[in-house]
Amino acid sequence: MLCDVTAPVADEASALMEICVAEAEKRNGRNTVNMQETFTVYLVETRPMDAVAEGRNPAPDSLWRRYSEFELLRNYLLVTYPYIVVPPLPEKRAEFVWHKLSADNMDPDFVERRRIGLENFLLRVASHPVLSNDKILHHFLTEEHGWKEVVYETGFQAKADSRLRALSATFRVRNPDKRFMEMKHYSDELQSHTSQLLRARVRVADRLYGVYKVHGNYGRVFSEWSAVEKEMGDGLQSAGHHMDAFAASIDDILEEEEHYADQLKEYLFYAEALRAVCRKHELTQFELEMASQDLVSKKQQHEEIATGIVRTFSFKGMTNKLFGQEAPEQREARLKLLEELIAEGEETVKEKTVECEEHVDRAWVDMQRFKEQKDKDLREALINYAVMQISMCKKVRSSRPALRRGPSDSSGRVIILSSF
Amino acid sequence: MSGQTVPADFSGHMLDLDEDDDLEVFSKNPSLAGGGPMPNSPSSMVNQYRLEEEEEQQEANARDLFITVDDPESHVTAVETFVMYRVATKTTRSQFDSSEYEVHRRYQDFLWLRSKLEENHPTLIVHPLPEKFVMKGMVERFNNDFIETRRRALQRFLSKVSLHPVLSHSHHLEVFLTAQDLLPYKKQGPGFLSRLGETVRAVASSVRGLKSRPEEFSLMKEYVEDFSIKISSVDKVTQRIIKEQREYLDELKQYNPTYAQWAESEGELAEPLNGVASCVERCSKETDEQIQHLSSVLVPALHDYVLCAETLKLQDEVDSLADRVELANNALKGDWTRWQDGMRADLKSAFLSTAEKNVEYYEQCLAVWESFLLSQRVEPGEQRDGEDAS
Repeated sequence: MLCDVTAPVADEASALMEICVAEAEKRNGRNTVNMQETFTVYLVETRPMDAVAEGRNPAPDSLWRRYSEFELLRNYLLVTYPYIVVPPLPEKRAEFVWHKLSADNMDPDFVERRRIGLENFLLRVASHPVLSNDKILHHFLTEEHGWKEVVYETGFQAKADSRLRALSATFRVRNPDKRFMEMKHYSDELQSHTSQLLRARVRVADRLYGVYKVHGNYGRVFSEWSAVEKEMGDGLQSAGHHMDAFAASIDDILEEEEHYADQLKEYLFYAEALRAVCRKHELTQFELEMASQDLVSKKQQHEEIATGIVRTFSFKGMTNKLFGQEAPEQREARLKLLEELIAEGEETVKEKTVECEEHVDRAWVDMQRFKEQKDKDLREALINYAVMQISMCKKVRSSRPALRRGPSDSSGRVIILSSF
Repeated sequence: MSGQTVPADFSGHMLDLDEDDDLEVFSKNPSLAGGGPMPNSPSSMVNQYRLEEEEEQQEANARDLFITVDDPESHVTAVETFVMYRVATKTTRSQFDSSEYEVHRRYQDFLWLRSKLEENHPTLIVHPLPEKFVMKGMVERFNNDFIETRRRALQRFLSKVSLHPVLSHSHHLEVFLTAQDLLPYKKQGPGFLSRLGETVRAVASSVRGLKSRPEEFSLMKEYVEDFSIKISSVDKVTQRIIKEQREYLDELKQYNPTYAQWAESEGELAEPLNGVASCVERCSKETDEQIQHLSSVLVPALHDYVLCAETLKLQDEVDSLADRVELANNALKGDWTRWQDGMRADLKSAFLSTAEKNVEYYEQCLAVWESFLLSQRVEPGEQRDGEDAS
C-alpha cells in the first residue's frame, strides 16, 4: 500500500522518503487523568526513495501515531511557520453526515476515511518546499518515542497560546497590504461556499437514499404478488429481485461520494489556514504600526522637553505651566531616559518592519502556491464527481435486462420492469 | 404524455365533494330538442352476445368505435358549478345513424351511464370511474391538475367500454354518446321494472351458480382478495416513491446554486464549478420529467385497477361473481378472462413505459455528465506534470 509520492524530507543525510499511513488499530490505554480509554492509532510507514529507485525493496520503517499527535505536529507547524498555509488535518469529529452515515469516531468507515486524510496531510506537508525541511516533521516520521518531548523543547507552546489570542483579537490596522485583505476576504468566501455546498450535498444524499430504499418496498410487493399471479409470476419475481438490488446499491454509491465530500472538506479547512496567514499579516502590521506610533510619540515628548514648546497636551505640561517648570536635573534625567527609549523603539521598529516585510514576502509566495494547488485539486475533485455520477448511471443501466415489448402476450416470458 | 400538466398526487385524505351527487338539479340549461332512438328493452341487450367475435383480435383489428373526452369547461349556474366535458364519437357501426357525434357530458352523466351498464349487465365487469371525492390538500376542486386527471380517467372508462364486445353495444352507451340532452333518459320510468326484474333474475341464477360451483367461486374470490391487496400495495409504494422523488428534486434544486455561487468568487475554478452546476440542473430537469411520467402513466393505471378490485370485491359480496364461474356459459367466462387479460396488458404497458422512461432518465444524465467531462479534458497541458502532488 505504499504510495508513489516522493516527499523530500531533509535529515542529516538528506534522504528522500516514501510516506504512507498504512493501517489503523484500536488501543486501550490511560489518558492524562488516568482514566481508561479506547483510541485509534495509525501506522506511519516510511521508506527511503533511493532504495526503491535502486530496485531494492527494504521493509519500511514504521511507528504508531494517534490523532492527537498529528494535531500536535500541526500546531507546531502553525506556530513555527505563520507565513505558510499549513495543510489541514481530517476532521476531528464527523460533520456533515447524512443520516445513515455514522457520526461515531469508532466507526470503521470513519476510521478508514481518517486514515486516508492523515496520509494526505503527511504527503502534503512532506512535499511542501518549506515544511518538508522541518526537523520536527522528520522526528515525527522516524522517532516513535520521545518525539513529544522534542516538540515541547522547542518552546512552541508559549508562542501557540499568544498566537491563538492574537488571531481572535480585534484590532484596527491602518495600512494593511491590500492583497492580504483581499485574500482574507476570499478565505471567508471559500469557507462559506464550501460549507454551504457540503450541507446541501448531505441533504441531497439523504433524499436520494430515501428514494432508493423505497424501491425496496417494490421488491417485497412484487415477490409476494408473483405468488398470486400465475402468468405474470416470473416477470414479477424478476422485477422484485431487480428492485431489491437497486435499493441496496445506494449504500456503496453514497459511501463513495463521501470521498468527494472529504476533498471539499479539506479545502473548507484550508480556508481557515489561509485566513490565519492573513490575520498574521494584520497582526505584524499592527505591531509595526504600534511600535512606530510609540516611537513618534516618544520623539515628540523628547522634543517638547528639549525645546520647551508644547505641541501636544499633557498633564505634565499643564502642571508645569501652572506650577512652574521642573528642576534642570530632573529635565536632564527625563531626556536621557527618553533617548534610551527612543533608541530601543527604533530597534523595535526596525525589527517589526523586517518581520512584517518577511512575512508579507514569504506568505505571498505560499499563497500563490496554495492558489495553484487549490485550483488543480478542486478541478480534479469535480471531475471525479462527474466520473462517479457516470459510473452510477452506467451501473443502473447495465443491471436492467433488455426491455421486451412484444405482441400482447399475457402468458409466460414477459419481464415486467418497474419504475424508478 | 409530456407537455401536459402534472396530475395531482393522490396520496392523502378525502374531502367531501357535493358537486356530483344525485341532487335534484334546478338547472337553467335549456333542454335541447329531440333525443335519440327509442330505448330497447334491456333483455334484448342481454341476448346480444357475440361469442365468435370475442378475444383481443376484435379489439385490435376491427375497432369501429372511437371516443374521446376533452375540452373541459366550467359551467356556472345560480345553484351550482360543474365541469362539462366534450365527448366526441367517430364510428362506422350501422347501429348509429351518423358517423360522428359530439355531445357534452358532466361527471354525473358518466355515473348514470355506468350504473345503467352495471344494472343491465350484472355479470360483466364494468371499468371503474374516477372517484367522486377529492383528496384533501387540493384547495381548488376545479384545479387544472384534478380536471385533467379526471378527464383522462373518463376517457379510459369510455375506451374500455367501447372495446367491450357486449357493453359497447349497450343502448345506454349509444344514448350517452349521441343524445344532446340526457335528461329524458335519466328520468325514464317504464322499463325500470323490467330492469329490476332482470337484476332479480341475475341474482337468483347466481345463487344457483353458487350452489353448483363452490370451489371455483372461492378460488376466484381468493384471487380478487389477493389481487386487491397487491395492487393497493403497488399503488401505495408508487405514491411513496413519487413523494420521495419530489423531496429529492427539491433538495437538488437547492444544491446546484451552491456551485454557481461559489464560482462567483473563483478565477480558474469558476468554469468547472459552473459546469457542475449546469449538470446538476439538467439532471434535476430529468428527475422532474420522470416524476411527471410516473404520475401520468403508472399512477392512473394502478389507480384504475385499485378501483376495479374494489368494485369486484363489492360485486363479490352481492354474489354475482358466482356467475362468472359458470363454465357452461362461455360468454361469462370469457368476460372474466377478458378482464384479466386486459388488466395484465394495461399494467404491463404501464410498467414497461415507466421502465423505458427510467432507462431514458439514466441515459440523459449519463450524457450530461459525459459532456462535462469532455469539456474538462479539452484543456490538457498544465495538468500533466511529472509530479503528482495529490
